[in-house]
Amino acid sequence: MADSGVSGGADKKDNIEREKIEGKELTKEEKQRLRKEKKQQKKGKEKKDASLPQVSVAETAAPASQLKAERRARQEAERTSKQSKKGDTGQPATTSKPKIPPNELQPVVKRLPEHIQVDDPDVLKKLAKKLERQQTTENSEIQKIPRRLDYGYKVSLFSHLLQYSRKAPLTQQLSIPSAVIHPAIVRLGLQYSQGIVAGSNARSIALLHAFKQVISDYTTPSNEELSRDLVNKLKPYISFLNQCRPLSASMGNAIKYIKKEISNIPSQFKEDDAKKKLLNCIECFIEEKIVLAAKAIAKSSIEKINDGDVILVYGCSSLVNHILCEAFEKGRKFRVIVVDSRPRLEGREALRRLVQKGISCTYVLISAVSYILPEVSKVFLGAHALLANGYVMSRVGTSQIALVAKAFNVPVLVCCETYKFCERVQTDSFVSNELDDPDDLIVTRKGETQLKDWQQVPRLGLLNLVYDVTPPDFVDLVITDLGMIPCTSVPVVLRVKNVDLL
Amino acid sequence: MPGPYRETDLTEKVEAFLSDLKRGGSGTGPLRGSAETARETTALLRRITAQVRWSSAGDLMEVIRKEGRRMSAAQPSETTVGNMIRRVLKIIREEYARSRGSSEEADQQESLHKLLTSGGLSEENFRQYFTALKANVIEAINELLTELEGTTDNIAMQALEHIHSNEVIMTIGRSRTVEAFLKDAARKRKFHVIVAECAPFCQGHEMATSLSKDGIETTVITDAAIFAVMSRVNKVIIGTQTVLANGGLRAVNGTHTLALAAKHHSTPLIVCAPMFKLSPQFPNEEDTFHKFVSPHEVLPFTEGEILSKVNVHCPVFDYVPPELITLFISNIGGHAPSYIYRLMSELYHPEDHEL
Repeated sequence: MADSGVSGGADKKDNIEREKIEGKELTKEEKQRLRKEKKQQKKGKEKKDASLPQVSVAETAAPASQLKAERRARQEAERTSKQSKKGDTGQPATTSKPKIPPNELQPVVKRLPEHIQVDDPDVLKKLAKKLERQQTTENSEIQKIPRRLDYGYKVSLFSHLLQYSRKAPLTQQLSIPSAVIHPAIVRLGLQYSQGIVAGSNARSIALLHAFKQVISDYTTPSNEELSRDLVNKLKPYISFLNQCRPLSASMGNAIKYIKKEISNIPSQFKEDDAKKKLLNCIECFIEEKIVLAAKAIAKSSIEKINDGDVILVYGCSSLVNHILCEAFEKGRKFRVIVVDSRPRLEGREALRRLVQKGISCTYVLISAVSYILPEVSKVFLGAHALLANGYVMSRVGTSQIALVAKAFNVPVLVCCETYKFCERVQTDSFVSNELDDPDDLIVTRKGETQLKDWQQVPRLGLLNLVYDVTPPDFVDLVITDLGMIPCTSVPVVLRVKNVDLL
Repeated sequence: MPGPYRETDLTEKVEAFLSDLKRGGSGTGPLRGSAETARETTALLRRITAQVRWSSAGDLMEVIRKEGRRMSAAQPSETTVGNMIRRVLKIIREEYARSRGSSEEADQQESLHKLLTSGGLSEENFRQYFTALKANVIEAINELLTELEGTTDNIAMQALEHIHSNEVIMTIGRSRTVEAFLKDAARKRKFHVIVAECAPFCQGHEMATSLSKDGIETTVITDAAIFAVMSRVNKVIIGTQTVLANGGLRAVNGTHTLALAAKHHSTPLIVCAPMFKLSPQFPNEEDTFHKFVSPHEVLPFTEGEILSKVNVHCPVFDYVPPELITLFISNIGGHAPSYIYRLMSELYHPEDHEL
């Protein structure tokens, strides 16, 4: 193994540790963690940095030297305990495929996010403890991040998910002023939970702006390094936002990027320079991944829009609206059919934007889509995330539209920026989804509200799903800033992106 | 004088019925189920038979056809009216044939053999007068009325044959037939029902409250979540407004999407429809197939500025082709969609298809 660079002067401490560890039987988790650390250490050696390992989920901040010694000791133990295992980490990343998967397997078996394990009481207990841990003892006041409680009767198929009420936002449980959470983040959390900021691009941009504010207001405490402390500062904010509304895939990717940038700040940098660099990075991210990507996608999509087209769109996707407005400005003659659905009725917003530009529009509800589809020549859909198995995760109802379009032989085009690509895989809309406030379904018609007392009726449940997944056979083309690809090429793009980032 | 007095009374009743039909579209006037409409139509036709002066079967058929045309024109989407009229006309033909003594079978079918041997179409102008005809016709119409009253129960009785325990059943909107069907099965079996609310009228809400009050585990979902939830559904049971002659359906909007989703997941689609909903119409008549209501249900007037620049559609019905349907459950049993045309020939005479 190339990494077994044990220094000549092996400390007594190392020996003792080694002996201790040799006697123990390493559990599967520990083995995987070891493999992960080995891989990261190898990456670190390649870069020739004195940087810390990436802040992965289970790590806590510890001085670098101690970690290295522990790692070396564990490596020795592992080497002696496993002789038959094929040398995977020792070899550099070759191009032959069978060698790479064992490496890549390590980060896959990670913790499941808590927001899809609500039916497990142990997980809930752990979450409560974690929120308590993420507190500061400034001014000798211990404030913890409150946990948002479930609301209403949950449909049994979805008992593993959280269901909140919009009328009880998390901020009501915070005291004013909150010492733990920056006010920009509190405001953002409230905007998320009330639905004021909605749509994956909008949420990511709002998040990044809030983080810019946090970074500019940040001051490094006296004996800490900015790169480590700032990341720790951000953790409770992210938990808070997660409690307000579960993070979207795009937000997750943005946070990963920021954390990586922060931890890559060399320790020599002065605080002001570091902050300026970070703010610059965030600006670049927004500019590149969102704004320029939208322009690139619009350019490719305009080739797909012909004169005389009738285009169907669903809900309000900022990207699709942008494409249509650009195409209209370039002089293409088409008309748009906007399909909308209860209870969010986001299509009305899209309708307003398009009508303002002067595009001729028709408006229907999703139940009328089989009536209107014979007139349609193309369907443009936006996406919330693109999963690694080619499934498109988007607003609930998108899969239905794709299904009916397929039945009528109308091409379906999905527009999505690459920063929304996600390594998760999912085959149905149950395992990982978001449940919105069930009271939204209640409607008053002709003075009668049928479902007014649905909580009292013992066997009645209301289900307000937010997302659903569309199988790749319904989608004909995905337009991204890297070009036009079929749905099944998403993992290829992910690999290319990951190799770039390394 | 009893004669004209009775006739004005009759005309009043007919006018009242017509105006009711015109007003009670779907959701605007007092909501009347199709069963009620069928019953009222038949009762009215019985009254016409009893009170109007006619001498031969041909006259009676003319009178009924005339009234029938007016009634269908009042609300073209309410096909049960036309269906009942055709049933009564068929009854009249049958009773006439029976009074004449000839067998019913031979007169009805226009077989090739008959055409060649009898040398042309038989002259059937219904001009003969029979004394007992009136009583017979009224009796037959009474039988029809009893049949109509029992349709929902007949369908509900078959529920236990089709629903097993621990099933997840999906339905859309509100259908009294399906409601009775599910409640009957719930007496003995435990299952879970998912109701799609069917915007913009949201009749699914009523259905859900009614089912859950009877102890059935119910969930309300939005129309947009139909495909998302379909993978966990075992059966789809729906009602319909009309069963068309080719075995297709004219049902509330959103049913076609539901049927496509069920087909994609290979979930059986069961339609509970009594026989009086079977109509000799075909779906190609584009003008009369769809019915629209006020678009303010979809885009309310509060949206102001954009209203004048946007086309808004609010169709009420959807066409579901027969390939997507697995089974029809009617008051005379279960049938495949390919059998529907045969049932039609038993219920209606081909000459009555055009009123």
